Formats: sequence, C-alpha cells, structure tokens
Amino acid sequence: MKTGSEQKTDMNKTTKIIRGSVLAAAVLLLILGLFQNGPADIWNKAVRICYECIGIG
Amino acid sequence: MKTRWKTLKRRWIQIICAVLYNCNLTGFAKGTIYQGNLKSICIPGLNCYSCPGAVFSCPLGSLQSALLSSKYRFPYYMLGMLLLFGILLGRLICGFLCPFGLVQELLYKIPTKKLQKNVWTRRLSRLKYVILAVFVILIPLVFLTPGFCKYICPAGTLEGGFPLLLKNESLRQLAGRLFQWKALLLVILLVSAVFIFRSFCRFFCPLGAFYGLFHKMSLFGMRIDPEKCNDCGLCVRHCRMDVKKVGDAECIQCGECRKDCHQCALSFGLKHDIPEPEKKYSDNI
Repeated sequence: MKTGSEQKTDMNKTTKIIRGSVLAAAVLLLILGLFQNGPADIWNKAVRICYECIGIG
Repeated sequence: MKTRWKTLKRRWIQIICAVLYNCNLTGFAKGTIYQGNLKSICIPGLNCYSCPGAVFSCPLGSLQSALLSSKYRFPYYMLGMLLLFGILLGRLICGFLCPFGLVQELLYKIPTKKLQKNVWTRRLSRLKYVILAVFVILIPLVFLTPGFCKYICPAGTLEGGFPLLLKNESLRQLAGRLFQWKALLLVILLVSAVFIFRSFCRFFCPLGAFYGLFHKMSLFGMRIDPEKCNDCGLCVRHCRMDVKKVGDAECIQCGECRKDCHQCALSFGLKHDIPEPEKKYSDNI
C-alpha cells in the first residue's frame, strides 16, 4: 500500500504528464490550424461588424 | 506599502492590456471597426471584436464562429489557441489580462455595502459551466448561431453595441428587442458588480469557466509553499472569489491573498517545482 507522500508523488507525475500532453495537443492543433488557414478565418469574421454581438441579431 | 505596490502593479497591467486591446481610437471617432491583420490574433481575455477600438479578436466570439462552420472545417486553430492560453496561464488571464474583469473591479470600488460570498454564491458559480456548455458550444453547433455573443455577452453590448449605435444611425434603426434585452442584462451586471465582486466572472463567464478547467495543470500561477503554510485559512477567508483553496478553479490568480498570508507561503511562479499541499483549507464561511 502506498504512503500519502508516494501517492502525492504519483499525482504530481500524472499532473505533469497531463500538462505535457495538453501542451503538445495545443501546439499540434495550432500547427494544423495554421495549415488550414485558421487565422484567415478568424480575421474574416472579426473584420465585419458582428450584429449578434452588438445586439442587432 | 509593498502589498499596495503589488496591487497597483496588477492594476496597471490590467489597464495597459485594456488599452492595448482597444487602441484603435479612430474607430470610436468614426463608428467603424478595425480591419487590419492584427484581427487574426486572439487575445486571451473577453473583449468584443466589434468594439470600434478592438485591434485583436475575441476568443469566445472566434470560438463560436469556428463552431458554426465546424461541420465543414474542424476549428483546429481556435481550439489550439484556447488550449495554449489555458495550459500556460489558466485563470491568471482573468486576474490580469481581461478588460471586462477590470471594469467590474473598478465598479466594485464604489463605496457601498457589499454582498459577501456565501454558500449560495459558491453554488451559483457553477452556472458559468452550464453557460459554457449550452451557449458557447451547443447552440452554435446545433442552431448555427453564436449563442453567448447573441444573448448574453455584456462586453459586446458595452464595447461594441453602444459605441457603434451612437455613431451609426442605420444601426440604431435596426436595434430592437434583442438590443433591449442585452442592454438590460448589461445594466444588471454592471450594477451587480458594484455590490458583488466580479459578479459576471464568478457566475456567468464561460471563458473563466473554461480556463478554470486548467487550474491544476496550468504552468504559471499562484503557488502555495507547503513547508511554510500552516493551514490557517486566512487566504481563503479574505479572498473575494468563491475559492476553497488558493489556485482552485474559482481562483483568478490575482495574488491579493499574498498580503493576508503571515507565513509568506503564497507566491507567483511556475507551478511544477512546488508540490501540492496535503490539506485543503478550512472553509469558515
């Protein structure tokens, strides 16, 4: 049976693994998004007045 | 004196960010919006991209817009940006980099009787997760409309709606029931912010809800040194957010609790090098 501090160490390791995985996923998604021209899609939406946002609908 | 300086530093960072995000002053004068290349970049905080001054894009607006067209194209870029913001900074963004958070904090400075946090405010703080799931994700996917932007977002009304309608007769003529609803909601939220600390952030903000999901994983933020911490719970008691522990999902990582800690156990930094404390703090509310 693991002691409290061993369990804590395991949890910290798990947190680090999850953190690393999410960071890697974020970078991968960004790269894929760049290939897909994601910034251009954001720009296309943002340079037009968003009627829903300002309450016109 | 030192703690006042720390609060002032955070306030200046908030003000500088708010000004940087909305520095297109000619937009306010002419009633137009910025159309330059910077609008392809999302800022991490809540700031409507239809604000005449906005030079960057809003993450929530961009996410909903990406979800609207997700049937045809998976929104890799937008999800990647949000994951990156979350994993690097988490709700530190709320505490330092969000203009609407700044507006609420300044309103709270108006000297009135304040509503203290209690068990009901903690329960109500879960509402923002429902708003995230329903208005930000479900409604755009199913009904093909940006649910949060259209029906709730007060930043859009304050920063985009009022300045644009003031300068554009044609837009004023189009304003109807939806604008009345959003204006009413904005007034309620701004008035509530005078009496309730960061009422929108605590109960309604889906961006705060999203970033709060990263509270255990984010790389940078508030840390508790377990060797110095004596579990007195002063930090939680004095915190105006609905936290159970410094650095939890409700913590906006503002660092104001540092002045309350007699043990100097709280600091900002990379979270990976100090282990998590054993105990939760006592909840003396």
